[in-house]
Amino acid sequence: MNSLYYQKRLSRNIGDKFFTSLSVICAVIAILPLIFLVTYILIKGGSQITPELFTLEPNPPGDDLDAGGINPALVGTLIITSIASIIAIPVGVGGGIYLAEYSKGGLFSRFIRFGVNVLAGVPSIIAGVFIYALIVSTKILFGSMYSGLAGGMALSILMLPTIIKTTDEGLKLVPNELRYASLGVGASMYTTILKVTLPSAFRSIATGVVLGIARAAGETAPLIFTALFSYYYITGFGDLFYEMGSLAVLIYNFALEPYDAQNKLAWAASFILVLSVLSVNIFSRILTAFNEKTKRV
Amino acid sequence: MEEKLTLFKNRKRFGIEKNIDIIFKNTALFLSSFVAIILLGIILVVFFQSFESFSRYGLQFLVTSEWNPVKDEYGAFTAIYGTLVTSILSLLITIPLGVGTAIFLTEDFVPKVAREIIGSFVELLAAIPSVVLGLWAIFVIEPFFREFFVFLHNFFGWIPLFSSEPSGRNSLLAILILVVMLLPIVTSIARDSLNQVPKKLRNAAYGIGASRWKTIFSVILPAALSGIMAGVLLALGRAMGETMAVTMIIGNSNKFSWSLLSPGYTISSMLANQFGEADGSQVSSLFYAAFVLMILSLFVNIFAQWLVKKFSLKY
Repeated sequence: MNSLYYQKRLSRNIGDKFFTSLSVICAVIAILPLIFLVTYILIKGGSQITPELFTLEPNPPGDDLDAGGINPALVGTLIITSIASIIAIPVGVGGGIYLAEYSKGGLFSRFIRFGVNVLAGVPSIIAGVFIYALIVSTKILFGSMYSGLAGGMALSILMLPTIIKTTDEGLKLVPNELRYASLGVGASMYTTILKVTLPSAFRSIATGVVLGIARAAGETAPLIFTALFSYYYITGFGDLFYEMGSLAVLIYNFALEPYDAQNKLAWAASFILVLSVLSVNIFSRILTAFNEKTKRV
Repeated sequence: MEEKLTLFKNRKRFGIEKNIDIIFKNTALFLSSFVAIILLGIILVVFFQSFESFSRYGLQFLVTSEWNPVKDEYGAFTAIYGTLVTSILSLLITIPLGVGTAIFLTEDFVPKVAREIIGSFVELLAAIPSVVLGLWAIFVIEPFFREFFVFLHNFFGWIPLFSSEPSGRNSLLAILILVVMLLPIVTSIARDSLNQVPKKLRNAAYGIGASRWKTIFSVILPAALSGIMAGVLLALGRAMGETMAVTMIIGNSNKFSWSLLSPGYTISSMLANQFGEADGSQVSSLFYAAFVLMILSLFVNIFAQWLVKKFSLKY
């Protein structure tokens, strides 16, 4: 009776079936949160979207009838993330260029690579604590304490490791033949990097940078004691040195308010934040998948 | 790279061009050293700011749970305990779920397209800002699990972990939301290390007649173990530092309790909650707590990196 055909009743086959269904259950549990969360936000947040939401200031909590809009937070998020990008992109890309193009695997570059990984693992709130100690509590920025500028600096610390890593890895994927060709026709090192290697790694670097920006836009912890929060419109350049609202902190503050109108505002802000973060992520995913397909041909 | 650089050195250049080249290189070198400067800066600044509190309370700070700004007495035991318990318990739930999902995504149970879609769904979860997860936890997860917590208390109340009456926001909810946040991390890293296991090993196991799950358990999982372990450690570091979702749902109480059903505290939630309006020696004590958190997460991270380096060349 020792048949070579598949026998359903064999204990090993029953065990296999059992574990297969177990792993299917795991996978189902793993995707349920995203589905529930996204549908809930689309329904609950999407129903709050009105034109006034984008133009009005939020009303101070307590007035339960009408919460106003999220204009200052929306603009604040754009400004703070831009400041973070302005600091982190040049430093990160420059550092990545050094690691990929100049370093020869010596002690210094190994230490920097190690530092990048460690910095990526530093809790985001520690970055906020650091900037608080360095800039907010010392009032070093023209005597101002909490400011949008300090918030941007805190976020830039969180973006930096991602950008260095993607630049380093993107540049390493560029074939050496391109570099030899450029150096061979007499170009100097910096022209080779700026005109040949960087452009050909541009897409992967850009993808990493955009994902880093999307991540920073949703960060809250470093902002709650660097940029704090503001209810008022951002009107000019000078507002950089004062408290500045952001979508993420608005969600945090208004979620904890006992008033229904404020909670609804938090859901609306989440809708905007999640929609933009997810669309950036999905777009970059499609882009990389498309890249791989064209490369294979 | 090296041949390229010698080539470059032997070349004759006009002064300006050579100088630009040198300036460019040094700029890149300077920019890359920023990472080290920031990292050292963080460690030094947080250490020196916590010095006042450190010299006053010493290591006593770590084991007492009095937190009283009025009497100027500080001890962070509740927060440290909360940090460790929430992160470790959430990790214990996440590991089987994440590894199970990763196995599902690397073995060919379903067509490749379906696997890739499910895989990117899991990874998209990592992109959701944690403050949004906190909002979701407050308004959706908490009401959903309320009855379940009452049940848990009634039937398992004799276990210290469930001994208190369930409160609206509690440590168990924080653990649940941490599971949601860690799941994509553990899954994607486990998936990567399972994918790196050479096909030869699998074919050899199938060749001697092992069943699919026998192969997975005795060949593939052990081969991928170091990578999975490193991923788990990275997730642990993330869990300890995770702030927003936890702060919003854990209840923020400094009263120590063994029970997961009562409100708790973690170091990061304490920082998020108190830093804005702290003054005097409370600030220094908060920096001390931040320093503890940083040392914990640095330790875990460095250990994870060491693990990766040590075992990555095995196959």
